[in-house]
Amino acid sequence: MKIGRRSFLSFLMGGAAGTALSPLPWKLMDDSAIWTQMWPWTPVPEDGEASYVNSSCTLCPGGCGITVRKINDRAVKIEGMKGHPVNNGGLCILGLSGLQLLYGPTRVKTPLKRVGKRGQGRWEKISWKDAVSEIAETLGDLREKGQSHTVGLISGSDRGTVPRLFERFLTVYGSPNFIRTPSIIDSYELTLHLMQGVQALPGFDFENANFILSFGSGILDGWGSPVRMFKANSVWRDTGAKVIQIEPRLSNTAAKSDKWIPINPGTEAALALGIAHVIISESLYDYNFINNYSSGFDDWKRFVLDNYGPDSVATITGIDDRTIIVLARSFARASKPLAICGRGQGITPGSLDECAAVHALNALVGNVNKHGGICAVTEPDYINWPEAEMDAKASAGMQKDRLDDAGSKKFPFSRYLLNRIPEAINSEKKYPLNTLFVAGDNPLYTMSDSKAVKKAFDKIPFVISFSSYMDETAQNADLILPNHVYLERYEDIPTPAGMPRPVIGLSRPVVKPQYNTQHTGDVIIRLAKALGETLSDAFAWDSYDACLKETLGYKWRVMVEKGFWSYPGFVAQPREESFDTVSGKFEFVRKGTGSLKPFKPVKIEGDKTNYPLILMPYDSLRLANGVIGDPPFVMKSVDDTVLKGTDVFIEINPKTAGEQGLREGQLAMLSTPVGKAKVKVHLFDGIMPGIVALPRGLGHTAYDEYLAGKGINFNELIGPVDDPVSGLDAAWGIRVKLAKA
Amino acid sequence: MSALDDNAKEIAEDTGGEGDATSSPEINTKKQDNRSAGPVILFFIIGLFASLSLGWIIFPKLLYSKKKQPIDFNHVLHMAEVEDGCESCHFFRADGTYSGVPKLDQCIECHEEILGDTPDEIKFFEEYVSKGREVPWLIYSRQPDCVFFSHAAHVKAAGMDCVTCHGHIGESESLKVYEENRITGYSRDIWGESIAGFKKNTWDRMKMDDCAECHRMTFNIEKTEVKTPTKRLIDHLIDVVSPGTSTSEKGSSVQTERDACFVCHK
Repeated sequence: MKIGRRSFLSFLMGGAAGTALSPLPWKLMDDSAIWTQMWPWTPVPEDGEASYVNSSCTLCPGGCGITVRKINDRAVKIEGMKGHPVNNGGLCILGLSGLQLLYGPTRVKTPLKRVGKRGQGRWEKISWKDAVSEIAETLGDLREKGQSHTVGLISGSDRGTVPRLFERFLTVYGSPNFIRTPSIIDSYELTLHLMQGVQALPGFDFENANFILSFGSGILDGWGSPVRMFKANSVWRDTGAKVIQIEPRLSNTAAKSDKWIPINPGTEAALALGIAHVIISESLYDYNFINNYSSGFDDWKRFVLDNYGPDSVATITGIDDRTIIVLARSFARASKPLAICGRGQGITPGSLDECAAVHALNALVGNVNKHGGICAVTEPDYINWPEAEMDAKASAGMQKDRLDDAGSKKFPFSRYLLNRIPEAINSEKKYPLNTLFVAGDNPLYTMSDSKAVKKAFDKIPFVISFSSYMDETAQNADLILPNHVYLERYEDIPTPAGMPRPVIGLSRPVVKPQYNTQHTGDVIIRLAKALGETLSDAFAWDSYDACLKETLGYKWRVMVEKGFWSYPGFVAQPREESFDTVSGKFEFVRKGTGSLKPFKPVKIEGDKTNYPLILMPYDSLRLANGVIGDPPFVMKSVDDTVLKGTDVFIEINPKTAGEQGLREGQLAMLSTPVGKAKVKVHLFDGIMPGIVALPRGLGHTAYDEYLAGKGINFNELIGPVDDPVSGLDAAWGIRVKLAKA
Repeated sequence: MSALDDNAKEIAEDTGGEGDATSSPEINTKKQDNRSAGPVILFFIIGLFASLSLGWIIFPKLLYSKKKQPIDFNHVLHMAEVEDGCESCHFFRADGTYSGVPKLDQCIECHEEILGDTPDEIKFFEEYVSKGREVPWLIYSRQPDCVFFSHAAHVKAAGMDCVTCHGHIGESESLKVYEENRITGYSRDIWGESIAGFKKNTWDRMKMDDCAECHRMTFNIEKTEVKTPTKRLIDHLIDVVSPGTSTSEKGSSVQTERDACFVCHK
């Protein structure tokens, strides 16, 4: 028998027929279809029992309550906490994306020590014990040499137990250089201090106000406690309250307001005084408040009447005098008017004159410490630790001047002036900083004039970051001591910005720490113990959790159960008791600040001939611009007229663009006295001619591939402008030149 | 026609090439058939049987790997001890979700200490209870993530028995070998024991068709004729006058009363 080609073909045919008659091909087809749904990289949600944990969000100073849904040990969804006094069930886009910060790739997973050059990104793992003893050694040496004051700390907040532990640590150690991240709250605190004699936070009873006069505050763009503001806005829509938005650009807030009044940028203070002029001259002010509870009104009245007639204000602000008069009348005649300031999200403290002028408007209509008005909210006094004993070294260190000049003769009223630090270090006029701690802030990204900040950082020999994420500052630190992420730790969250009543939120562990991180509070306590002497006496607690529990006392149990502690019975003090000034009344004239000098707008950097246009930042809820960078979910929500690929768009009026010969989508070179950047052009009718706007929150060099390298960091293009009275950063923009790229 | 002729010519040339001198193509074919029919058929049959045995016998053996459960669980023994039958351990949570295979915490409620002295009990206690480790049970009925299945809809709303889908597992004294599909990672029980896909009982398979079989039967919606406008109007009127009586508009899902991909597929 010959086996030839035919036999072989026949064998194959038989095989094919047999295969077709067997389940093999059909089953394989089905299985491969299922296999394609089972790629190992396809995320499969865990199945199991659902549970909920009440906690607080710490991603911005808004202090929202959150309820985190968990399946087994995995957090799967963050929701707003129902019944929370701040956000009552609502949550913003950043808060919703918090899980990406917990499980995402940007976390620092273990303590790291730099091995390469700064910023090179070469690290070695180090144990917690070694990290703490290394710092203790450096700090001990400095203290021995009488240089304890050359240790500084930048903290995102000065309220709550962790910042207070830091403050206590520096005090007992002997350094006056505890520095808080600035914001509009600084200006408000100072205004309340000078006009009402109190050390307090501003509280706004938005929900009960019915005429909101906003001097550029991004009510719907993340100003104050963002979710609360959204909810208040809904209330206003229901009750028919009016919102007037005054700013040079049609922001989301302006678009949703009842009236948008574009104004020459930086002249808001003049407008406030112009409105006051109309109210005074037409006798529309609150007689009861002015006569019984205020002081210095006559001087201030003369100052306003002499200098701020609607005609002259119209020239300064570019707003028609008729509009100013109508605005003043409707503000004064409203039953519950409320004027607020702080541009955008209130990131820059701004001019003190401006804040005071706006606050004076509130006083003029008598809505200070009133339903639907503004009140001074003193921090609940729940942190009562025994007085820490200071040794001679500590006292000597504490008597040194602060590096930022806050509280000095030059700026006697200010408490912290972070914006002055880079200049103080770079000019080498005072003393150097030998060690810098950074907690709850990312100064290399958030501080203006990035180049100068970087230069100053390079001069500090030892920088320690407590960041949970590999942010810009952590990248350029010598040691990273990663904190637990907010979903892994206990921490008290003091009263959020703008709340009219004190509320203490509790951030609590939703999941176990995912990596080898430690609570910053614990690290401070360990460090103090390692330094010994009076420091270990001042930090007698076994752990941060023990400290927090002891500090909160009877509130602890309620906070664990509910997620927050509120003071339902809290009422703003009656007017008789609420002013702690020399006169015991509301002071229209701020003593020692030259407040009766005629208005001079804050001068921004750059001359008009070389830099014909003005560059201003704008804030958006879709672009986190503070210590936290946008997680991928939030990045996805950024419009392609803001960011396309890696190019950021500037907003410019078509008229101005025409004069510059620029078209939609074209590349342009933007140069300011501080820096240069390549941008794309977006024509926008909602911006005043002569102004160019750029979003904050882009241009990160750190974090993950979803955020890094996209757009421009606004802070690279602007430098700080010190307010003459407060020393706080009052820059609202910078002069700029645009050219085709 | 010309194409066919060409073909014939080609064949003729081809055969000529092999050395046969006959000029008539018909005779040529006959001769060849006679000569090679035996081996050709034989090889066809060999091929046929080889592939049939490959497909029916060897392939299933290759496709599935056999795995033993970590603990040989005895359902009969436990059923005798508990009061609520299957629901004692496989229960609905307060939020309506189904707990499925019990977690260690549940087991510990009774097995805080060693109960009895069987090797499996000792292994269970030493390996899992005392170490606090979850038992990595292999789940015969696990479905892909894209399948949305609600126990509540089937058991609570439609009143179905566990046995309908899971069979008489509750009466088993030991757990059978878990056969894992090497390609998909799922249990053999999903496709069914029979590689051909035949089944005798409702619980023999757990593929989409098996869901559909029941869904179709229950609501008798096989007749999917296009409705005339009059019929649609009458159906609509019935729905308005007495809602819920007409099944014509309803889908087979008890919960949603709809038939659509999204009822089961997320």
